[in-house]
Amino acid sequence: MVNSSKKRLSIRELSEREFFYGHKACPGCGGSLAVRLALKVLGERSYAVVPAGCMSAVGFIFPQMGFACNAIISTFPGTASMLSGVAAGARALGLENVHAVGFAGDGGTADIGFQALSGAIDRHDKIIYICYDNEAYMNTGVQKSSLTPVGARTTTSPVGQRLRGAVTRKKPMFEIVAAHGIDYAATASVGYPMDFVRKVEHASRVDGTSYIHVFAPCPTGWGHETSETIAVAKDAVDCGLLYLAEYVDSRFFLNHDPGEFASVREYLLRQGRFRHLNEEEVLSVTVQRDAGWERIRREWKS
Amino acid sequence: MSSGSKTFISGNEAIAAGVSLARPHVIAAYPITPQTTVIERLAEMVADGILTAEYLHVESEHSALSACIGASAVGARTFTASSSQGLLYMVECMHYASGGRFPVVMMNANRSVALPWNIYGDQRDSLSLLDSGWIQAYAEDAQESLDLVIQAFAIAEHPDVLTPVMVNLDGFVLTHTYELVNVPDQVDVDAFLPPFQTTNRMDPDRPMSLGFTAGPQHNQAFKQLQHLAMLSSGRVIRETEERFGQLFGRNYPGLIEAFRCEDAEYVIVTLGSVAGTVRPVVERLRSMGERVGLIRIRYMRPFPGKEIRDALAGAKAVGVLEKDISFGYEGTVFTNVNSALTRAGVQLPRLLNFIGGLGGKDISVTDIEALFSRLKSTDEGETVTFI
Amino acid sequence: MNHPERNTSYKPPSRLEDYPVGTAFPSGHLVEINAAWRSERPVINTERCTNCLICWLLCPDGVIRKTGDGRLEIDYDYCKGCGICARECRFDVIRMEKEGI
Repeated sequence: MVNSSKKRLSIRELSEREFFYGHKACPGCGGSLAVRLALKVLGERSYAVVPAGCMSAVGFIFPQMGFACNAIISTFPGTASMLSGVAAGARALGLENVHAVGFAGDGGTADIGFQALSGAIDRHDKIIYICYDNEAYMNTGVQKSSLTPVGARTTTSPVGQRLRGAVTRKKPMFEIVAAHGIDYAATASVGYPMDFVRKVEHASRVDGTSYIHVFAPCPTGWGHETSETIAVAKDAVDCGLLYLAEYVDSRFFLNHDPGEFASVREYLLRQGRFRHLNEEEVLSVTVQRDAGWERIRREWKS
Repeated sequence: MSSGSKTFISGNEAIAAGVSLARPHVIAAYPITPQTTVIERLAEMVADGILTAEYLHVESEHSALSACIGASAVGARTFTASSSQGLLYMVECMHYASGGRFPVVMMNANRSVALPWNIYGDQRDSLSLLDSGWIQAYAEDAQESLDLVIQAFAIAEHPDVLTPVMVNLDGFVLTHTYELVNVPDQVDVDAFLPPFQTTNRMDPDRPMSLGFTAGPQHNQAFKQLQHLAMLSSGRVIRETEERFGQLFGRNYPGLIEAFRCEDAEYVIVTLGSVAGTVRPVVERLRSMGERVGLIRIRYMRPFPGKEIRDALAGAKAVGVLEKDISFGYEGTVFTNVNSALTRAGVQLPRLLNFIGGLGGKDISVTDIEALFSRLKSTDEGETVTFI
Repeated sequence: MNHPERNTSYKPPSRLEDYPVGTAFPSGHLVEINAAWRSERPVINTERCTNCLICWLLCPDGVIRKTGDGRLEIDYDYCKGCGICARECRFDVIRMEKEGI
């Protein structure tokens, strides 16, 4: 973490209160862990805005309410715009020490919710937008989004004779939001949970828009054991396909350089969605990774 | 009684003045012709410090209403405005606002819907959304626009209603026409419209989950409650108008205005500003001894079925004049009126549907006179005709 | 209480007037448990547990809790048996046991 005047938050300082409990997320769901940890940091005076998608589907089934703080489901495209409204309403009513925090998936963020997110960042609205990235539309049954990585098998990017999984690269959301001149942005992974928690804590102190992109494996959609969620999320960072970074005061900071990367091949082939990839395809992913890191190491401050 | 001040303003400016007097906490809107001067005037009031409100420059109509819902969900009073394509872009959020019982108030500048592109007035935009769960009011002039939008907050936020309200003004004909309008004093509007109070909100001291999922076992109950609330809004509208009349001296007649209908045999039923063209024709024909009348529908939802049936008790022929068509059938207002009469077992020799004014096509005094002639004639002909 | 508790006396609404106005209901209102989702249950060897809290941190369901006397316990009503705690335990003191049928 950069630019943090406060002591680093430790595991023992985290709140014991649970604000996402009794929900119906699949076993081993990375997204639900991201929500749970973020709300531990933000606390009871949080207004959680959750669009149509996994976290709303599993958290608000009348009369079973999985959120213990204030929470509302937004329309699918409307996470950021509803957050803006919540923040504006709270400000107008003089409500203090409250957090308007959104939890949207990759499709809800990078596809259908992108316009509203861009608008909110442009206005520097005081909101915290957390994208839990499980790299496809999981709630509807694993369809491709613009954050599905190249080669991944989804139900709408199947592996066939002509096309072998997703053919597009993953949209670089972190850099796209940073290009807006956002007040704070970060990437994170549930595989590095305290790094994520500290970034949420940083966001809670930002007077403006914060965006945190947290990598959140989905055992159901990715085809790995439910127990492997954290390991896979950590592996993604260690093999260099995911970087942990921040954008603060208009500068990019790399938080963690693995140095020697773990095996991309092992990361990919431990997941059912990539198991069809041949050596040539794995190599192609590795080459792209190296090109990305060459630029990151050159341009971003470590 | 409030004296207010006389000002020469347009329909849109009357809306802005009324909204400002209602002291909304949050305004979120996106510009579209012919709504723009509403949000421009409001932006000026916020910039000048006349109005203390959060003004969100949202990037779309969908976001405008989504933001209003978010603000309403923390207990804020909210306003947005739109028109035509913009209104249609909001549709998802319209159902959301009504289903969640968020009493957002919206002004809609009635405008044609593409294609072909056209910026002028007809009512196909709002009438295609009768099923969205919003109370729909239609103004005839600038004064009524101002008064309706102030009343709209009282109606929408009433605990028995908690339903969003859309106030419709005919594009250009009403939105951009200047009239002498009495603008009430703030102190009187404050007395009329108390601060918004609701339990249907997120509360930092008592956490609530809003906008939840309700499965097949429960879903219909929520929809039924929504319907009952809309039905009870008819009573609340009349009570609100009565209270308004006592305070401001301007009395409104409820869901419909029946003009010279007491013994009328030939009646035109319409809505919006075109009533201002029908009215002098009725006066003139009456002066010639003809028993004609006008029903101006002021609220399309809740639908004033009983009021229309009662007002048409002695009619021999009725023409529904509307700036709308449901392709392949008839005008939607006509469908609603016909249903109300049929339900009551009212047998009319002639019930005709006149479609006009689409894309701003002029409806003249001569046209209206021709419609009354058509009602009086006995020749057979198509039920639905374009004028 | 650090987590919501199940409302065991809750009766679903049977008449219209029993329903909330709008779609608003108290947060943290639980009526169902998730125990039936589980085919294996995690069991913590509390003798050997070092109380490092990594399992507590990483549980997606938040069902591992501190008892106050330095031990951890699991809320089996809401544990789904994903096995993350057992897999991530650095001291290998959580064992997944088959649930009886």
